[in-house]
Amino acid sequence: MNRRIRGWFFAVLALAGLALCLAIGPGGFGWPDWGSPVGIARRERVAAGFVVGAGLATAGVLMQALLRNPLADPYVLGVSSGAALGAAAAIVLGAAGFAALPGSAFAGGALTLLLVYTVAAPRGRAPSLYAILLSGVIVSSVFGALLMMLISLAPAAGLRGITWWMLGSLQVPSAGLLRAAAVLVAAGWAAAFAFAPEWNALTLGADTAHNVGVRARAAVAGGLALATLTASAAVALAGLIGFVGLVVPHGARALVGADHRRLLPAAALGGGLLLTACDTLARSVHPSAEIPVGIVTALLGGPFFLYLLRRRKGWSA
Amino acid sequence: MTAAVETDRLCASYGGTPCLRDIDLRIPEGEMAALIGPNGAGKSTLLRVLTGQHPPASGGVRLFGRDVAALRPSERARWVAVAPQELLAPMPFTVEEIVGIGRTARLPRWSAPGPEHRRAVEEAMAWMDVLALRTRTFHELSGGERQRVVIAMALAQEPRLLLLDEPTSHLDVSHRLEILRLIERMNAERGLTVLLTSHDLNLAAEFCRRLLLLDRGRLVAEGPPDAVLREPLLREVYHCALRVRREDDGALTVRPVRPPRSAAPARPGANPSPPAE
Repeated sequence: MNRRIRGWFFAVLALAGLALCLAIGPGGFGWPDWGSPVGIARRERVAAGFVVGAGLATAGVLMQALLRNPLADPYVLGVSSGAALGAAAAIVLGAAGFAALPGSAFAGGALTLLLVYTVAAPRGRAPSLYAILLSGVIVSSVFGALLMMLISLAPAAGLRGITWWMLGSLQVPSAGLLRAAAVLVAAGWAAAFAFAPEWNALTLGADTAHNVGVRARAAVAGGLALATLTASAAVALAGLIGFVGLVVPHGARALVGADHRRLLPAAALGGGLLLTACDTLARSVHPSAEIPVGIVTALLGGPFFLYLLRRRKGWSA
Repeated sequence: MTAAVETDRLCASYGGTPCLRDIDLRIPEGEMAALIGPNGAGKSTLLRVLTGQHPPASGGVRLFGRDVAALRPSERARWVAVAPQELLAPMPFTVEEIVGIGRTARLPRWSAPGPEHRRAVEEAMAWMDVLALRTRTFHELSGGERQRVVIAMALAQEPRLLLLDEPTSHLDVSHRLEILRLIERMNAERGLTVLLTSHDLNLAAEFCRRLLLLDRGRLVAEGPPDAVLREPLLREVYHCALRVRREDDGALTVRPVRPPRSAAPARPGANPSPPAE
């Protein structure tokens, strides 16, 4: 009961926080004229912050449940390095069109998961979690090397694009891209919510999940695919933004508990709110320049994570 | 009457190494049986094959007359539940949530769990006497409390057959007794068929009407405790001398006999005495 009241209280608070973020800008506090370019840009940014934050947090919740590891994040299986490689390739090869960069980032992330999963699976059998983690780490570092090679070969004009993309930014390149990412994140979240009982069971291990009637293999594969979908959609829209997917699931668990039926809504709201708030800070702290939002999330998220760890006395929680 | 568990000429292997050979098993409904045998005899593998988690190499498994391989997972979960030897919860689930996970296969996708769910969870917690722990976090419980919660999770499935993998191996003497008495009550009062694995031959003989002795993947003896716990047979299976006695109260006890001392040199200081001045 207590947790349910806390959950609703948090939901109201989150909506109020989002409204507040809409009102804050480099020019100070106040509602902009919604029809003006400033007003449209601010609406789009707040929407993008919410979509990206919710997508990353949802992916983080799923990864932590499926890998049974509270230190897992949306990027742990190489979604980030795969997406970065895809984006860098698009920049270096000079691909044009508004969807070229996000599209290749999305494809890079999704293909990397497929590669990681296939490498980890022994012929026709289900891969162990350790094999998935290990192959994720290895594939990530190989892709990281390839990325550095592309960067060293990239024309000077492309370098700034790649750097910004790797630091993460919520400047929306086009309304169509924002809409596409929003639809993908919403669909991924809804599918994840529908399977909340399965994630609960899988958190206790594949054996227990099997025994309580879950098709464990299919559920793990499906969950990884959903996490990759929401994370890749977020990355395609905003580049690499760290810490949201790691920190938010922990905060949400402290608030509403480990049951995924409450955890998924709380994490999506919390992720959306956190990233929007960080971005509000990033764009209003300096009147003319803008700090990449990924730097703000890391600076705030890191200490917050350490605080959570200390408060909960150990890594197991 | 159909048997709760029936296998014929069941064989299974792990990575090409055979670990179950020609197991013919029949456990009638309402039985409380123990699977015993040395480490690596195939006890855990047999449990995994019975729940369809590990595919048999040949032969089949029927639960209540139905082929396990043909059952849908959600259907199977209503018939057979497993209490694992040890459950690790990496996230802070409460006791009530862990027990609720036993009902995964019956939960609605889009709505909150209904009164039927709450009733089954309450009942399972009451049977295992964990109602008072319901809001506690699972990983802060003691070993005995955890084991009761794990069994409550299996009971929340409302199965007809309960498999327990070493339910008492982590527990001290009094908690072993407590767990087995709770299981015995479930068996007697609700007609739940029970199959457990155990290394504790004394408790297995005390609580189970039927013992199944596995040795290197073969079922070498089965029947009531006094038919299975025979010295020559146990010596051959466990590769050590064992003494079987019937106590005055009728209980069978098995104890290992240490090899004769003469070969080993006498250990000085084995019985510490006050140092001589």
